[in-house]
Amino acid sequence: MRTLCATLALAILAGCASTPSGEQPPAGVEDRQPTTAQPGAQPQPVPGGKVAAVDLTAGKQAALLSALADPKSILSRRSIYYDFDKYDVRDEFRALVEAHARYLRDNPGAKMLVQGNTDERGSREYNLALGQKRSEGVKRMLLLLGAKEAQVEAVSLGEEKPKAQGQTEEAWAQNRRSDMLYAGEY
Amino acid sequence: MRFFRALLVLLASSGAAQAQLSIEITGAGAQRIPIAIAAFPGEAALPAAPSAIVRADLERSGLFRGIESPPAIPPLTEASSVNFAEWRSRLADALVLGSVIQRPDGRFEARFRLFDVVKQAALGGVAYTFSREQTRATAHRIADYIYEKLTGERGVFSTRIAYVVKRGNRFELQIADADGAGEETALASLEPIISPAWSPDGRRLAYVSFESKKPVVYVHSLLDGKRHVAANFKGSNSAPAWAPDGGRLAVALTRDGGSQIYLMNPDGSGVRRLTQSAGIDTEPVFSPDGQHLYFTSDRGGSAQIYRMPVAGGEAQRVTFEGGYNVSPRISADGRKLVHITRVNGKFQTASLDLATRQLQILTDSDRDESPSIAPNGRMILLATVIGGRGILSAVSADGRVKQRLSMTAGDVREPAWGPYIQ
Repeated sequence: MRTLCATLALAILAGCASTPSGEQPPAGVEDRQPTTAQPGAQPQPVPGGKVAAVDLTAGKQAALLSALADPKSILSRRSIYYDFDKYDVRDEFRALVEAHARYLRDNPGAKMLVQGNTDERGSREYNLALGQKRSEGVKRMLLLLGAKEAQVEAVSLGEEKPKAQGQTEEAWAQNRRSDMLYAGEY
Repeated sequence: MRFFRALLVLLASSGAAQAQLSIEITGAGAQRIPIAIAAFPGEAALPAAPSAIVRADLERSGLFRGIESPPAIPPLTEASSVNFAEWRSRLADALVLGSVIQRPDGRFEARFRLFDVVKQAALGGVAYTFSREQTRATAHRIADYIYEKLTGERGVFSTRIAYVVKRGNRFELQIADADGAGEETALASLEPIISPAWSPDGRRLAYVSFESKKPVVYVHSLLDGKRHVAANFKGSNSAPAWAPDGGRLAVALTRDGGSQIYLMNPDGSGVRRLTQSAGIDTEPVFSPDGQHLYFTSDRGGSAQIYRMPVAGGEAQRVTFEGGYNVSPRISADGRKLVHITRVNGKFQTASLDLATRQLQILTDSDRDESPSIAPNGRMILLATVIGGRGILSAVSADGRVKQRLSMTAGDVREPAWGPYIQ
């Protein structure tokens, strides 16, 4: 619900911020035979016309939640990494998911967004669906361990937000990842 | 003097056009029609010379070769009598003569005539009146006219393309003429923008924006910049595709778990689930008759392209060669399936003849994505990576003609070729 409201507000803001360009009369190109001049002919609106710009780049920063940011706590760790073409949470990350499931269970007001990511190889849209498989896997595990459905949303960023740049296996391994973010952190 | 003025205009426009796509032709058709386009007397008063734009358009298609035409005294216009033998001696098969005059109301008028030099006959001509700002649009229309007269198929020089530019952490959805000129920014964001899709009337774009930290489908009206959320359900919302009549969108949603395909109205209402699989279904695209959807699915164990009736029913697998076939696009005649295929670890653009099952790899690049077919079916625009940079590449449907569209200042990706302008 919060995401929906934020999105609606953004959309409204964007609508207000856009430059009106409809006032100018449509300019025209008209077809005529070279030999038969028609002085009074009506110009047609030019196909294509102008494009109005919408700017979303004005900055906004979220505050980090201190309780979850303590580097000594396992809860400060948020990332789960995957093998190539795999979606299952490896054993080494089980304790991490369990800790966050416990936190969600003990803090029913807490909300989490799980973002699935992939490396850059292949179709952007297909990778978006692959990233979703990863985040859905984490979400299912969180729910099994006591989090509530309404607390967790699983989404995908596909290959669009790589943590590491470059075309190496090291970079790709960093980018095959799910991130667990609490409200206010994204 | 006139020459100097033209030169100044050229220099000024190249400075302003830093962020513009530049085009490099890397392959051409086997047989190109030699065409001479004489400079139009009077065109130096315009911000760009229509005769030069027409020549560049035609050459870029890979089907024409421009022939130099030396300056004549007095200058040739559409009204001049043509010395066909002289043009024949320059090896021109076709000839374009024209002129530009400024009218008392400040607008301009361009007239031209197209000649078949071999048959020594006029093929037709048109006059256009236009404002200074419409110089390029007018030249593209002249090129479309010539292209259609000489090839028998409709030209796409007047169409526009959409694409996304990434510069640092900034993403811009841009619209430009088919030759990369006249770019305008429709949306600027600090989060990714992917999958732009033109409405069939060319007035709106559907796309996926990550501005709320997750993929959400928007519909954006280009003329006034008004946009609305079309799909923002729990989970990811992506891969919008317009029905040919513009009345519906197909999208990929994960609101019920994994990525599945849904139909909806462009205003966000009337959402209906279409596919029912346990795996990934995404990248829907309508067949030109609007009766079928092609889409990518891993239901068979690897990513392949399937087809199913829009009314619902069984999905049939369409691609069988190789372990990764994605991003389906259907030619306007419904005969060719253009898609991305993985061959020996390379992602390349391929065309599958749906009747004969003949598969042709069209590119020699190795990181192709997001193909988009020109409305006349002649060219395919796609994103690829050359030298570590994202660029657009265009290849003809037969694989012969090749171009690269790049930008010095950023990565270009996610091309979408717009429809014919009404």
